[in-house]
Amino acid sequence: MKLSHTIYSLLLLVSFTMVAQQTPAPKQQGKITIKNATAHVGNGTVINNATIVINNGKIESIGQMDATAGIVIDATGKHVYPGFIAPAKSLGLIEVEAVRASDDQDEIGDMLPNIRSLIAYNAESKVVESMRPNGVLIGQIAPQGGTISGTSSIVQFDAWNWEDAAIKVDDGIHLHWPNTFRRGRWWAGEPRGFQPNKKYTENVSDITSYIATAKAFGSGKNLATNEAMKAMQGVFNGSKKVYVYADGEKEITDAITQLKESGIKEIVLVGGYEAYKVTPFLKRNNIMVLVQHTHNLPNKHDDDYDLPYKLPKLLVDAGLTVALQNSDASNFQTRNLPFYAGQLVGQGMDKEVALQLITGNSAKILGIDNMYGTLEAGKSATLFISEGDALDMRGNILSKAFIDGRDVSLETHQTELWKRYMDKYEGDKK
Amino acid sequence: MKKIKLLLFAISIASTAVAQDYFPKNDGVKETNSHYTAFTNATIHVNPTQTINNGVLLIKDGKIVSSGKSINIPENTITIDLEGKHIYASFIDSYTNFGIEKPKRAQGGRRSPQYSATREGFYWNDHIMPEKNAIDHFKYDKKTAEKMRKEGFGVVSTHSMDGIARGTGMLVALNDNDKEATRVIDDVNGQFYSFSKSVTSRQSYPGSLMGSMALLRQVYIDADWYDKGNVPTKDRSLEALIKNRGEISIFEAGDKTNNLRADKIGDQFGINYLIVGGGDEYEMLDQIKASNANYIIPINFPEAYDVTDPYMANYISLEDMRAWNQAPTNPKMLQDKGVPFSLTTFKLDKTSEFTTNLRKAIAYGLSETKALEALTTAPARFLNISDKVGSLDKGKYANFLITSGPVFDKETVLYENWVQGSKHIVNSKDQTDIDGDYTINAGGKTYELNISGSASKPKSKVTIGETEYKSKLNYADNWVTLSFTDEETKETFRTTGIIPKAGGSFSGKIVMPNGAENNFTAAKKVATTSDEKDEDKDKSPSVLPVKPLTYPNVGYGNVTQPQQQNMLFKNATVWTSEAAGVLENTDVLVKNGKISKIGKNLSAGGAIEIDATGKHLTAGVIDEHSHIAALSINEGGQNSSAEVTIEDVVDPEDVNIYRNLAGGVTSIQILHGSANPIGGRSAIIKLKWGEDADGLIYDNSPKFIKFALGENVKQSNWESYSRFPQTRMGVEQLFVNYFNRAKEYDEAKKSGKPYRKDAELETLAEILNGERFISCHSYVQSEINMLMKVAEKFNFRVNTFTHILEGYKVADKMVEHGVGGSTFSDWWAYKYEVNDAIPYNAAIMASQGVTVAINSDDGEMSRRLNQEAGKTIKYGGMTEEEAWKTVTINPAKLLHIDNRVGSIKEGKDADLVLWSDHPMSVYAKAEKTIIEGKTYFDLATDKQKRQAINNERNELMTMMLNEKNGGGKTKPPRQKENKLFHCDTER
Repeated sequence: MKLSHTIYSLLLLVSFTMVAQQTPAPKQQGKITIKNATAHVGNGTVINNATIVINNGKIESIGQMDATAGIVIDATGKHVYPGFIAPAKSLGLIEVEAVRASDDQDEIGDMLPNIRSLIAYNAESKVVESMRPNGVLIGQIAPQGGTISGTSSIVQFDAWNWEDAAIKVDDGIHLHWPNTFRRGRWWAGEPRGFQPNKKYTENVSDITSYIATAKAFGSGKNLATNEAMKAMQGVFNGSKKVYVYADGEKEITDAITQLKESGIKEIVLVGGYEAYKVTPFLKRNNIMVLVQHTHNLPNKHDDDYDLPYKLPKLLVDAGLTVALQNSDASNFQTRNLPFYAGQLVGQGMDKEVALQLITGNSAKILGIDNMYGTLEAGKSATLFISEGDALDMRGNILSKAFIDGRDVSLETHQTELWKRYMDKYEGDKK
Repeated sequence: MKKIKLLLFAISIASTAVAQDYFPKNDGVKETNSHYTAFTNATIHVNPTQTINNGVLLIKDGKIVSSGKSINIPENTITIDLEGKHIYASFIDSYTNFGIEKPKRAQGGRRSPQYSATREGFYWNDHIMPEKNAIDHFKYDKKTAEKMRKEGFGVVSTHSMDGIARGTGMLVALNDNDKEATRVIDDVNGQFYSFSKSVTSRQSYPGSLMGSMALLRQVYIDADWYDKGNVPTKDRSLEALIKNRGEISIFEAGDKTNNLRADKIGDQFGINYLIVGGGDEYEMLDQIKASNANYIIPINFPEAYDVTDPYMANYISLEDMRAWNQAPTNPKMLQDKGVPFSLTTFKLDKTSEFTTNLRKAIAYGLSETKALEALTTAPARFLNISDKVGSLDKGKYANFLITSGPVFDKETVLYENWVQGSKHIVNSKDQTDIDGDYTINAGGKTYELNISGSASKPKSKVTIGETEYKSKLNYADNWVTLSFTDEETKETFRTTGIIPKAGGSFSGKIVMPNGAENNFTAAKKVATTSDEKDEDKDKSPSVLPVKPLTYPNVGYGNVTQPQQQNMLFKNATVWTSEAAGVLENTDVLVKNGKISKIGKNLSAGGAIEIDATGKHLTAGVIDEHSHIAALSINEGGQNSSAEVTIEDVVDPEDVNIYRNLAGGVTSIQILHGSANPIGGRSAIIKLKWGEDADGLIYDNSPKFIKFALGENVKQSNWESYSRFPQTRMGVEQLFVNYFNRAKEYDEAKKSGKPYRKDAELETLAEILNGERFISCHSYVQSEINMLMKVAEKFNFRVNTFTHILEGYKVADKMVEHGVGGSTFSDWWAYKYEVNDAIPYNAAIMASQGVTVAINSDDGEMSRRLNQEAGKTIKYGGMTEEEAWKTVTINPAKLLHIDNRVGSIKEGKDADLVLWSDHPMSVYAKAEKTIIEGKTYFDLATDKQKRQAINNERNELMTMMLNEKNGGGKTKPPRQKENKLFHCDTER
């Protein structure tokens, strides 16, 4: 297994020259058939000995059948997964965290619904390309900071430019709910640590009155041109989702209640550190959750050491629709998405259910499940072949990945450096 | 000068002390009036353990002439009959800044830090100010003096509470009636210290606790060197320090572990600090006792949290709730342990809380005798002034209290506080008690008047039926004035009357709303005291059940310390991290904390059998690069900080120790941060959760120091342009310079001639001599190569490059040099210098023969290092056995602890982890983590701890709710900030 992988990699090395960015793959020409694979559908099921026929960018058929159309890839002993989906990230909006010039993720101002991530998305980012070899093929690119950070779009990770990349344009608004606790300004004489935020109510009312203004703007004939207000309109008819970031029990309850009362149609909770305490409430309100990923420390001193590990499971067990996001982590960490899901298996979650949290459920929550997220006939052929269990570090070794049927490169700046220096040492020995 | 001025302007008032007879007097004629004053028939508490009933205290000229049962009272004596009253020596506060102006904070005008001192002719560091004398900054503060006297204090020690070496203190009697010449008892008393920098200077060094400690040590060394005449230039700071050597040294440490830090420094230089503690000593009584120090203890007991809002209440940690519950026991615990201590008003928000809190401490078990001792004889002894104050013996200052009863009783009224024979009235003792109910007829209505607290704080309540009217009562010098307003008619009545000596009804005049004056009488009704008593009961300090301590005394602490057990793991998959590889169905026997035997079908021989079928047993994970469990990480005040050591600031209470254990981690190196090219020394510890800092640190620990290269040491990513080096070129020259100096230093030292000991160069010389190893933060290949060349030039080897993200580019050179690499599995893109960081780094370096470890530098990742090791299989195809070594035997080798830990080998420490699954699988859970045969983490125990935390939180919250509902003070919830450090973290 390891050997074939190495050989394969070396073969690829020959065919690629050293460039900053891999060339996006061309449109699918002719059919591709993947045979004898273990297909992890992404909806909780597995198909053993599966055959998948890809045609014209889509999955034409999948099942235990005999087919040999077009290029045939024998995936005996290998696993096929739908491309993993990374929600609520600023991938492509920032390249190197400490280099200000490369940072386009956080505009100044508090209420910026008309700020759009898509137009700044760098399809040629080296960080973005490093997602592919781990199976992360789709992302929701969200602006950061402020209260209403802006509007996100959903992209696939192998494109020439942002228009090419776009899967769903301006899909939602990202709203950071205020916290009831804030950090003490110790430099101004306050004690260190967190203390009650006296302005919480004021901050909340700033949001509700902003939404009320937007609603009023949309309900009458407006003479004024106001891009921000225009950008808000979709949230009232459900064409744009509101992704509300809240972690505390009180904040979550407030956010959902107030946003519902404000007439927001589609609300997704992002974060949800204490969502496990209010699951009946969330269920009653049909709230889907993009829960914080598992590789986190507990927020509070007395919390269970493994609370972040099991948090998504607690929500799933309560019957909520849940997917994972890592909005609080560095962008490069997004390639660890499969392992965040894998962590849940150690907590007793079924592997296929864990997989749903980065595939089928993610697509459903982001509203792209008509095309992405699962291996089903008629959906986009955005999937990959892994040598082993892709949710485990040791098994997540990709040999092929397809986005909309396009056979995308698994090489990156990083794999090239690896090979360059291994070559150097091999050459030195001769 | 100031003192003379004060004299000139002072108004002469009755004084019992003798004026200096050579001072001229121009506002009258100069006569002396010398007489005795005798206090008779009192219960005299000569000292905490000696009481005279019906005794006499005779004083003259501000001093005690005698005290006793039968005393000859001279003829020229004023006699004061104190029948039924008590006399105590007044209290001494050994730690105040009474009368010293608060130093002004230096204004920050510059963006870049200030690296050099502001002053000239003094020590090189502005925060060392032993030349500062309290007397030069002192101005008697009447207002505060009155507040202090009200709590019973007669003498205070005071100084400027600012800086690390703060200069000398002084002793002042709280005597309003005399002048500085009299009330300043001692111009110079004590040299003061703390770990906190002066607010008056922005000099950046020291920027951390360990820096303060290192600086103070160097100051003592330098003073010695200076004293021997080795320094040709003038240093007024060191001169003052030397001059005042004979004074007691007082150290404001501020909490239990800082107490011990101060004590440790003291031990090193033969100084027995008088330590100002933090009130949490009860958590480490054994160590506090072992310090053999005297303590000054504040009694600012924490207020309860307001937990009425359950959402908010969630944010409070068990640790903080416990502090509220347990802190009032601190004085009692110190008493029971036999730790000598005095009590202070220091740290109280208001001086007036002193008596209240003292009574609370007594309610929680502090004996009254001990309390009295802690306020009189103990502080007098500590400050070497037992000959002057602290008891009512002959010759001492006539500093005493006159009270209505036993001094700490709630009902007791403090009447007078005599200081230096000068009377200060707190509450008039001659005033008649007029508490009771009265009726007043005025304006055709009959008002009910209730008076309470007339002995100290008189309060009035005027009512007709159920309606209460606004009223104000003043009672002084036997006159009472009362005004009240009829809410219906809005008419205000004013009355004033004289109280007959026998009490009872009183009469006087009443001013009617229209200005007419009439006579009035307040007729006293028969006293009904039952209500009053109920009220008193409510106000007496309630004693709540005190929660037991845990080790450490925070959430997830151990109820009892883990015990060493002999155990036999049966039928495990054993990852040896040795040539033996992975052994299936194998038993491992642990005896006396060591791995005793590995094999098949071993017999337990009394050891506890653990069925490990289907499970994996490995050596404990070792993290070469961690920043958990430390109170500070970076001493960024200078470009070299080799003098500081993390061992000084290990924090055994960090919950991340427990969380790391839950991830199978047993040993870590706490590295200094990467603020400076030459960082500080490391602490290598075992995660023995529950032990104190010394218990965590390895015995005979290998010596390490952190070095750093690149963007952090160049200060590239923040606003700082004034510190050398700003380029990688400068970094090299800095190393060369320091090593040149270290070499000269070492030669001087070895020559046998006198040399100035320097903790920084001493450390660097250890590197040159191969006694100390470098773990160097590094990213790009140029700098990695550079440091190896510098080391080779000075004939030593770099031990470890940590981070070393471009190590793959120079792996061959690293092998040749003989340096190991300790790297992240997959981090990059966070700064410019990690642009070429690749996750294949570990595998490439390993393939060329570098000893490779995977480290965390992160409190979260550290508890999943097993998974991070697994990534080396994905990235670069390391074999499973080699991958597992990157978090066990390889870091052990890099840390030079592989003779003890890092693999499963007979004879090694039994630091083991039992995993539920393949140890590098993302699905694996650590089920048991064992260090030296003691189980520090266990899934089942963890479950119990969770339940216990939950229960205790609930109980404490109920107690706090009751406290609030009972009218007790509360404060808003607060969440402790998790101390999470990375390399880049300041301080």
